[in-house]
Amino acid sequence: MHGFLTLLKKELVRFWKVSFQTVAAPVLMALMYQLIFSHVMSRHADIYPGVSYTAFLIPGLVMMSMAQNAFANGSSSLIQSKITGNIVFILLPPLGPLEFFAAYLLAAVVRGLVVGLGVIVVTSGFGLPMPAHPLWVALFAVLGCGVLGTLGVIAGIWAEKFDQLAAFQNFLIMPLTFLSGVFYSINSLPDFWRTVSHLNPVFYMIDGFRFGFFGQADINPAISAGVVGTSFLLLAGLALRLIAKGYKLRH
Amino acid sequence: MSSALSIQHVSKRFGDFTALDDVGFDVAEGEFFALLGPNGAGKTTLISAMAGLSRPSSGTIRVMGHDVVNDFRAARMKLGVVPQELVFDPFLSVRETLRFQSGYFGIAKNDDWIDEMLVKLGLDDKADSNMRALSGGMKRRVMVAQALVHRPPVIVLDEPTAGVDVELRQSLWAFVRELNGAGHTIVLTTHYLEEAETLCSRIAMLKKGRLIALESKDRLLSHSAAREVSLKLGGPLPEELSALKVGQEDNRVILRLETIAGLEHVLATLRTNSVEVRELSVIETDLESVFVKLMNGGSL
Repeated sequence: MHGFLTLLKKELVRFWKVSFQTVAAPVLMALMYQLIFSHVMSRHADIYPGVSYTAFLIPGLVMMSMAQNAFANGSSSLIQSKITGNIVFILLPPLGPLEFFAAYLLAAVVRGLVVGLGVIVVTSGFGLPMPAHPLWVALFAVLGCGVLGTLGVIAGIWAEKFDQLAAFQNFLIMPLTFLSGVFYSINSLPDFWRTVSHLNPVFYMIDGFRFGFFGQADINPAISAGVVGTSFLLLAGLALRLIAKGYKLRH
Repeated sequence: MSSALSIQHVSKRFGDFTALDDVGFDVAEGEFFALLGPNGAGKTTLISAMAGLSRPSSGTIRVMGHDVVNDFRAARMKLGVVPQELVFDPFLSVRETLRFQSGYFGIAKNDDWIDEMLVKLGLDDKADSNMRALSGGMKRRVMVAQALVHRPPVIVLDEPTAGVDVELRQSLWAFVRELNGAGHTIVLTTHYLEEAETLCSRIAMLKKGRLIALESKDRLLSHSAAREVSLKLGGPLPEELSALKVGQEDNRVILRLETIAGLEHVLATLRTNSVEVRELSVIETDLESVFVKLMNGGSL
């Protein structure tokens, strides 16, 4: 247990020591999105009755920022350790696969939540109401960070070079997070794209997270929680299996 | 005495390439053991398998009786490894590095031992320096301390003195000798054969993944050419001694004797034939000549 807590602490220290890059920068980027989109779309019809577009946008931006940063944390830490070789200091001690995975995952979730909180703080002047269902907000925040944090661990283990990781990030994570209803309701999409969006787990994270704030969503939040929870369990199972087998870690 | 390290029928294959081919030996508790071989012989692959950094294709490895795969937690608690590559975490200071490493091994409070190691390794004035600010030799010392945070009974050093200055080499060996004196088992790989010769009591040699020698240092040395003598003679070598001749250097002949006692026969024959001995020297063998001989396919 102490080994796990030490690795968790090391991972938290790692991103906190460079918090300008790992926390402040994504918060600033989300604020830019908020300023630009709320200006451009200010005359857009309200998506939910009684919810302005600027307020509608915030939960999506928060979840997108949390997801991208949860992914970035585990993946960049692992690839850096692998490329510099200092991962050996984590592989030599008696840390089991679960401790290894849980430490990287929890650090990723914490970074995601810190960034998410930062985005909420800087966009608080744009009319986001107090959450209608705080427990749904908390559940989707943690699960969403968990899914992307796990994907980050998997990507960090799989990638051998920075450009492989960048490919994972740009060709999988970016489309998943952008095409998930951050900026719109998927009900406004043509049938084909609506169907495609339903295959994207990030869509359910954002929709459920939004439900927590507004009490209304495109999908029943229980269904969304089921989809996101199942995605997490499947990915966590895969990550644990890779770590236990030593895939690309222990030749 | 029980085995600190037991390696049995260990093979490691990467596709068609066989990095280790049925390697097996034991290292007793408290031994100072050397693992020698040229680059690519499989030394680091074997150490990686001991440390759980790679898994053998077949065979078993036990550290203090604990299987490194099935009982990896206990095995890794008993083993400290100084890897060959110079690696460090650029986010941390020396003390943070050692505290985190202690924590990975489940040790919450380790500052007394950390302070002691810092003094012994000459790092006490660098404790709060960032790892990036240290010289290569200093980083190497930190790696040694990292391997020792959990006071493992078995310590493996994979070429710890490669590229390290003389002063550090000497202080490092003094420290490692002290650890050995305190009962720690030491396994060392090195390119500096004189280090193995000075420090180690038993030696294994690997070549192309195979174990080609496993002997006490003294036996390994005594097997070899300790019985070669170089003679400067006042006349030609008598016919009856020509079978012993293995070489000629300038005006000296080199004779190979089965045992050093054979020298008496050589001198008697020379006296009988009235050949004056102007100079005589016994060619001392060292580990390097044994090593070169073995690596070139010779036998002892």
